[in-house]
Amino acid sequence: MKLIFERGFEGQALCLMPACDVPECTVEGFEREQELHLPHLSENELSRHYSEIAKRVHGVNDGFYPLGSCTMKYNPKINEEAAALPGFTGIHPLQGDKNTQGCLEVLDTIEKSLAEISGMDSVTLQPAAGAHGEFTGLMLIKSYLNSIGATERKKIIVPDSAHGTNPASAVMCGFEIVNIPSAPDGCVDLEALKGAVGEDTAGLMLTNPNTVGVFDKNILEITKIVHDAGGLCYYDGANLNAVMGVVRPGDMGFDCIHFNLHKTFSTPHGGGGPGSGPVGCKAFLAPFLPGIRVGRKPCGCYKSEKAEQSFGEVKAFGGNFLVVVKALTYILTLGKEGIPEAAKNAVLNANYMQACLKEDFDLAYDVICMHEFVLTLDRLHKETGISALDLAKGLLDNGIHPPTMYFPLIVHEALMIEPTETEPKEMMDEAIAVFKELKRLAYEEPQVLHDAPVKTPVRRLDDVRAARTPVLRYSFE
Amino acid sequence: MGSYVPSGISERQEMLKKIGVSSVEELYAAVPSEMLVGSLDLPEGKSELEVSALMQEISEKNKVFKTVLRGAGAYKHYIPAVVKSVTSKEQLVTAYTPYQAEISQGILQSIFEYQTMICELTGMDVSNASVYDGATAMAESVAMCKERKKTKAYISATVNPQYLAVVKTYCSASGTDLTVIPEKDGKTDMEALKAAMGADAACFLSQQPNFYGVMEDCTALAEITHAAGAKYVLCANPISLALCKTPREYGADVAVGEGQPLGMPLSFGGPYLGFMATTTAMQRKLPGRIIGETVDVEGKRGYVLTLQAREQHIRREKASSNICSNQALCALTASVYMAAMGKDGMKQAAKLCTSKAHYLAEQLTAIAGVEMVFDAPYFHEFVTTLPKQNEVLSALENAGILGGLPTEKGVLWCVTEVVTKAELDKAVAIVKEVLA
Repeated sequence: MKLIFERGFEGQALCLMPACDVPECTVEGFEREQELHLPHLSENELSRHYSEIAKRVHGVNDGFYPLGSCTMKYNPKINEEAAALPGFTGIHPLQGDKNTQGCLEVLDTIEKSLAEISGMDSVTLQPAAGAHGEFTGLMLIKSYLNSIGATERKKIIVPDSAHGTNPASAVMCGFEIVNIPSAPDGCVDLEALKGAVGEDTAGLMLTNPNTVGVFDKNILEITKIVHDAGGLCYYDGANLNAVMGVVRPGDMGFDCIHFNLHKTFSTPHGGGGPGSGPVGCKAFLAPFLPGIRVGRKPCGCYKSEKAEQSFGEVKAFGGNFLVVVKALTYILTLGKEGIPEAAKNAVLNANYMQACLKEDFDLAYDVICMHEFVLTLDRLHKETGISALDLAKGLLDNGIHPPTMYFPLIVHEALMIEPTETEPKEMMDEAIAVFKELKRLAYEEPQVLHDAPVKTPVRRLDDVRAARTPVLRYSFE
Repeated sequence: MGSYVPSGISERQEMLKKIGVSSVEELYAAVPSEMLVGSLDLPEGKSELEVSALMQEISEKNKVFKTVLRGAGAYKHYIPAVVKSVTSKEQLVTAYTPYQAEISQGILQSIFEYQTMICELTGMDVSNASVYDGATAMAESVAMCKERKKTKAYISATVNPQYLAVVKTYCSASGTDLTVIPEKDGKTDMEALKAAMGADAACFLSQQPNFYGVMEDCTALAEITHAAGAKYVLCANPISLALCKTPREYGADVAVGEGQPLGMPLSFGGPYLGFMATTTAMQRKLPGRIIGETVDVEGKRGYVLTLQAREQHIRREKASSNICSNQALCALTASVYMAAMGKDGMKQAAKLCTSKAHYLAEQLTAIAGVEMVFDAPYFHEFVTTLPKQNEVLSALENAGILGGLPTEKGVLWCVTEVVTKAELDKAVAIVKEVLA
């Protein structure tokens, strides 16, 4: 399709701005000389351009989206409606506590809810995404260690199965990384962990359920090993959807956690953001929190405060507020019973798909899984030449968004499948049938999968060319 | 209780049977039983009608000002209807990061178009797909500029204090030495900057217009910075760029800024949009997603995530940043906004902002006791003295007008195109009345 710059003609414009009702002026001496090229379209053409754009996107609403570790659950419409209320969208972030009582109530209510769900004492809503939450949580750990004079604790332990953001965030906070290998069952290797901890340990970053979708049954021992060595435990909340309302990170021994509101709490992913990555912590870390701390005045009114020893700010203002509104709407809807109900059905759906698919595919770990599980296509690849990538591209021709590919890094030819609780059995059965058909193709007509996809707006793209000779913008010359 | 689980009891039984367990609880066998939560201390779930009413009620506890004369990093501009319509399309709202390029061409192309428009606006060569906001964009730029022997960062005291706070956090996190260059007459103290930067200077960061609305001599700032062998990072207001000099024209190596004015509502501070653009020479230092053009196996034009060797999912602890999710839907919002406004609309909006701000400044300073604090050119924000500050601001508030923001230097006013002359006259009359 055409780029927006290739449509319309110079001089075409919408009538959006009124005539000036005061004497006109500009900032003299600062005039721009560089030419400015922006699209020039009628509203009809503009609107159609984006309709065409939208047709070339697969969203959760377009079909099955079992993208492991991303929790692509249904995004309820009422959340969007709540976040579009003028009483939220029209509020200036600096209009004072008296005029923002509703916003402060939103922050206070969701803080208490997230603290209860995670078993933490305090929560900041300032971080804008999961990785941003990791950065914030690690800064809490760093600030606390500095406050007790433990400045020699500079190492963060990360399992080799962790998300790439974990080590990247730790490095941004000035920590060094100690990678530890996972045990054969995908869980933390206790001996490796014992060998890694020491007087230089600042902490451990972990997901539980872990990135292979398994709940680490040794979790209490793991957090104890780290605590006994004087380190703190950070819970990466990417996989919280499996356990919310069932078991709490705070009770597993974790000291702080980030939530992905855009995964667990149903806020839409927006093609890659905005997300929201609130951070919860135990009371001893709360004095270091960034952002707005909501308190109460004697009159019962809300007031915004700063934590006494706050390490600073990670973002301007209080966070991705409208995303927070959506998550609160979701929490209020589900309530105390709905939250564990969602988790349990996410786990049920994943186990069902796992049970069906293991008849035809190899599981990386053949155990009861949590909200997701990992297939390894190693054998299929060796026997047919069809890789995880090829199978994924075959799924595209069947209207299914492929699972996460080649993650975690410790599994060869990995496909990580997370159906989420909002997928009906009927949809999963259809997807299972597609997987089985693709396996048949791999053995009988592999070329079909080598050629896939053929039904998409474009076919396989040349990534190497894109990186070697980067074209990163449209050229008007 | 509200629920979005579509399976009924019989389906759940069938699934359990297939798995070979008798209850969902058995699936949690790995969880030590003493750890299981009995019941969450939360309210019971609610129907949609109840939740809708509750959220409405909470939202009404906020005060929505009809007239907003406050900016300081969050600006109330007109948002064309087509922007809201496009950015609520389900496909665009509910998709995730375009990992599967073949079924994500819409998202990828829209970001490629966004990158192009940000390059056009800033005059730079390359843009990323966005970061969280203007403050984090500034903070991320420091890491782009650091080299083995160039490790120290410098920032002007005239930048938005919120941005300064975030830059400080990021620098203290990574152990980067950060020096704040003092302000003089509302601008960066150039002599102090010259004196501060040595051979180990990595970068200098400033803002245009700065926090006080003042337009600084950024060409001179760039020259001083480059003379020290450091990189110049300029945080610019995107609306101003339609008419005012671009970061490239001043000589900036990195242009960053808050994209919220490009079609995003105030929203109590977020979600907003951080834009980042740079020169071709520095493109591989950019953090975050970047979209590139390529072709498919049939030679058809298409778009992919590219230069991924910089990113956390490939490089882990060696990545240029930890950023994963960014603000894609906000980037789309900015694109649709710029496309709807076009070059002429953007220029009109910028001119309306400047004209109306100057009109308000003239009217206010005609009142005895109200004076301009800085004698310097400004775009759409300015600082005045204001006697009986609290009284004046609350009188304005009572009339539905959010007045300027009290700062250490005086009251910081902002006027955008949405405010009419009649509203400005009304505000001035109220100030006059209180001060009479």
